[in-house]
Amino acid sequence: MLVCGCVLGTYLWRGVGVLLSGRISVNSEVFSWIACVAYAMVAGLVSRIVVMPSGMLADTALGERLVACGIALAAYFLCRRNILVGVGAGVAAMMAIAVARAA
Amino acid sequence: MNRDLRDARTSTRDANAWARRAGARDALGVPAAVVAAGMLGFGALALEAGIGLTLAALCTAGIWALPGQMVLIEMHMAGAPGVLTLLAVVLTAARFLPMSISLMPILRTPASSRGTLYAAAHLVAMTSWAWTMRRCADMPREARLSYFIGFGGTCWAVSVAATIAGYYLAGSFPPIVRLGFVFLNPVYFVVLLIGEARTKLAVAALVCGAVAGPLAHLVNPQWSVLLAGVAGGSVAYLIQRAMGGPRA
Repeated sequence: MLVCGCVLGTYLWRGVGVLLSGRISVNSEVFSWIACVAYAMVAGLVSRIVVMPSGMLADTALGERLVACGIALAAYFLCRRNILVGVGAGVAAMMAIAVARAA
Repeated sequence: MNRDLRDARTSTRDANAWARRAGARDALGVPAAVVAAGMLGFGALALEAGIGLTLAALCTAGIWALPGQMVLIEMHMAGAPGVLTLLAVVLTAARFLPMSISLMPILRTPASSRGTLYAAAHLVAMTSWAWTMRRCADMPREARLSYFIGFGGTCWAVSVAATIAGYYLAGSFPPIVRLGFVFLNPVYFVVLLIGEARTKLAVAALVCGAVAGPLAHLVNPQWSVLLAGVAGGSVAYLIQRAMGGPRA
């Protein structure tokens, strides 16, 4: 029951988005604003996870998480914007930091 | 004449199939790997919560939004009332409204059917949205919807498979590897968002959102995603307008 409600409630936003999108032109000011809100929402969620994580990541220090993100971005730009390399470097850095601290 | 029409239809079908395959190919790299990692973790979480495998797989297939699924499981484990849990899950999914509104005009053509668009809407998620917004700009309009369905559908199928795999693998990961899995999602979005921000407006929205996210979380965790998006996005939009810069 609860899962069904969650499925419908989640789809609702997606479906209403399709419905409303017919009335909003791609180049309108409203569209610019909505794109801003969507970007800001994702950026806000990700920065919250990095700055104030829950679960396992909460056991790492903020500096450690920021260093790992910095390494990921550096690897990404050094390897001509290769997302795979960037993400791999970030994850490897985080695991290396955890190993170093445990040792 | 008839023959030309038939050829035209066949070539449209071929073009659509080609675009779907292109989308699926692009998905089967980092995006599918990242989505799979998150969903492996969800499968493991579901096992811990004592939820059946079928229900866990249905959560992924039906909700297909990791934050909402995690809220559902964690509130269920904490014994929260169903109405509150439902409200929290639905609120975490509010981010799909602006995503869907901004994505659909890019995907839609006069020929696309409503049924297809509404079915495709289910495939709107952070990864598929961010990726498709970026890629579809350089793509002919007719190919975009098929590309998105190929990309999103592949990510979706991989997610369901990864949930089942995670359910079975739960407990067998050493903590260090698990930490890597948990960190994969945030670092993926850090790289994707910062690396692929193309316009000044996008950069402004990213900066404002990144500042607003943690602040809103301090004010009210359950509303934070929505609050940070609306506040941060509006501030970015107004700054850009005040400076008279180009639009997104």
